[in-house]
Amino acid sequence: MKKGYFGQYGGRFVPETLMPALIELEQAYLKYRKDKDFQKELAHLQKTYIGRPTSLYFAKRFTEHLGGAKVYLKREDLAHTGAHKINNALGQTLLAKRIGKKRIIAETGAGQHGVATATGAALIGLECDVYMGTQDMKRQALNVFRMRLLGARVLEVAVGSQTLKDAINESLRDWTTNVGTTHYVLGTVFGPHPFPSMVRDFQSIIGKEAKKQILQAEGRLPDYLVACVGGGSNAMGLFHEFLDDEIKMVGVEAGGKGIETGEHAARFAGGSVGVFQGCKTYLLQDDDGNILGTHSVSAGLDYAAVGPEHPFLKDMGRVEYTYATDDEALAAFELLSRKEGIIPALESAHAVAEAIKLAPKLSKDKIIIVNLSGRGDKDVQHVANIKGIEL
Amino acid sequence: MNRIEKVFKKLKAQNEKAFIPYIMAGDPSLDKTKEIVLMFEECGADIVELGVPFTDPLADGPTIQRAAERALKNGVTLKKVIALVKDLRQKTKIPLVLMTYYNPVFKYGEERFIADAKDAGVDGVIIPDLPPDEAGKFTRLAKNAALASIFLLAPTSTDERIKKVASASTGFIYYVSITGITGAQLLLDDSIEKSIKGIRKISDKPVAVGFGISTPDEAKAVAGVSDGVIIGSAIVKKAQASSDKEFRGFLLTLREVIK
Repeated sequence: MKKGYFGQYGGRFVPETLMPALIELEQAYLKYRKDKDFQKELAHLQKTYIGRPTSLYFAKRFTEHLGGAKVYLKREDLAHTGAHKINNALGQTLLAKRIGKKRIIAETGAGQHGVATATGAALIGLECDVYMGTQDMKRQALNVFRMRLLGARVLEVAVGSQTLKDAINESLRDWTTNVGTTHYVLGTVFGPHPFPSMVRDFQSIIGKEAKKQILQAEGRLPDYLVACVGGGSNAMGLFHEFLDDEIKMVGVEAGGKGIETGEHAARFAGGSVGVFQGCKTYLLQDDDGNILGTHSVSAGLDYAAVGPEHPFLKDMGRVEYTYATDDEALAAFELLSRKEGIIPALESAHAVAEAIKLAPKLSKDKIIIVNLSGRGDKDVQHVANIKGIEL
Repeated sequence: MNRIEKVFKKLKAQNEKAFIPYIMAGDPSLDKTKEIVLMFEECGADIVELGVPFTDPLADGPTIQRAAERALKNGVTLKKVIALVKDLRQKTKIPLVLMTYYNPVFKYGEERFIADAKDAGVDGVIIPDLPPDEAGKFTRLAKNAALASIFLLAPTSTDERIKKVASASTGFIYYVSITGITGAQLLLDDSIEKSIKGIRKISDKPVAVGFGISTPDEAKAVAGVSDGVIIGSAIVKKAQASSDKEFRGFLLTLREVIK
């Protein structure tokens, strides 16, 4: 396979100004992934700061309610800052420090990656700016304030659709301008090489832990893995360790108001191959190659493209991709809250929605692991608004 | 030899520099763009760069982003820009270079794009998010069609990158004068001259400089150390905010100082 590619997907489609920085980053990453001191420092912080391993929890009442396969939740919502995003943000922040950068920048949609990066910056002692679309700042006001509390500047992106894709454009523009002093902490398995591989590797701890934990709990591997897919980092983090095992894997995209309405972010159900923000992948585009607006109730899934390893896994038939609509995700958000006392992030609620469909179709001896990628506190206000409740 | 190469050869023989103005196609309308291109030629431009609007122009600053948004609102597509070139070819032989992002070209189909662009009378293509590392097929197809594939170098480029970019570029090499996006503040020190000297040690292809050049003084300084000056955001801004007469005056001043 060509370097930086997953089959025909991936690559490094960026302006020349960034090419040397990406080459430098790739070399640094290859060096530090084998560097014992770096790995030791990272492992120590994963344990003492993030709180890893996160638990693998058997959702008993939820399972009984669905009446089929056993559902386990990989509790990334219990990681420090409330989502899996910290795994990558901390890894990249440590790397940025090692390569001598004074400042880090990040894009954020739901705000979780922004919060995680701001946290990493505070911990390590780096300057931090986070780009966020105006629309997302409204939807995720709580996370905006969290980032500011952590000492980061939140820079509003008021162009284009004012969501995640525009925040990535602005981050790339900033990085192009300040590449000498700044590292761009890209938040998902997306963008130019080496980001898709590097972010996946930082997230793959999710699957490594889950494998050990399910073997301990059940003495065998699960039958299904389910994860939501925005850019796709929590899904890659869970799936990667299991790719060689005979396990079915399902990635759940944002079906929004339904595929037929055009208001969704389901790249596989409604998109085609293109090149966007640094890589060749599946994306939502019109006939002239312009990027389409997207919609999802969850800001973290509201994005026009998907990380390039996903279409590769799809083409191979290794992972099946489906979607959950806004309504299905909202129903899952409430059901899990009531049956388990766990309020999932609206992103993760898409994966929970798939488990709600899947578990009853399977016998009771089957096992599903759902990646509960984040907690839903940040979404409470938004859900109340949708339900017409004033807080 | 294609028209771009001929222009640089002629200028070199006369010890002159290329004036390369840029305009976003379809901003505010394709008819107006046609007028502007013809005005560029009247005012002494050597090559014209035509922007193709894209929803996510990540190498561009606010001026060209907004111009692209206006053009997209007018329904301008890559296909329509190619048709505009065909139309312009009834009136002018000035070398025309398309500046587009890669996805519209990818979606159009590289083979079909090169064939249609060539047929319409396009002379060269600049794709800022397609570095030579990813452009093997594109460069080959362009070469076969004698269409210039113009790649970019930046202040961050290492010697190894300069070698790669220079050998893939045809027509000219586009040197990005700043570490940044189009329309940003230019820093006029000796760094541009030093970088261009570095490029010249590796390649004898013409080097035109763009990004951030907005005033006649800056254009003059850059012309002094390169083979050509590309002016985009400043022209887009001026075209939008001034009368035809003022605009023409601005172009004539630029022409005057680029030598």
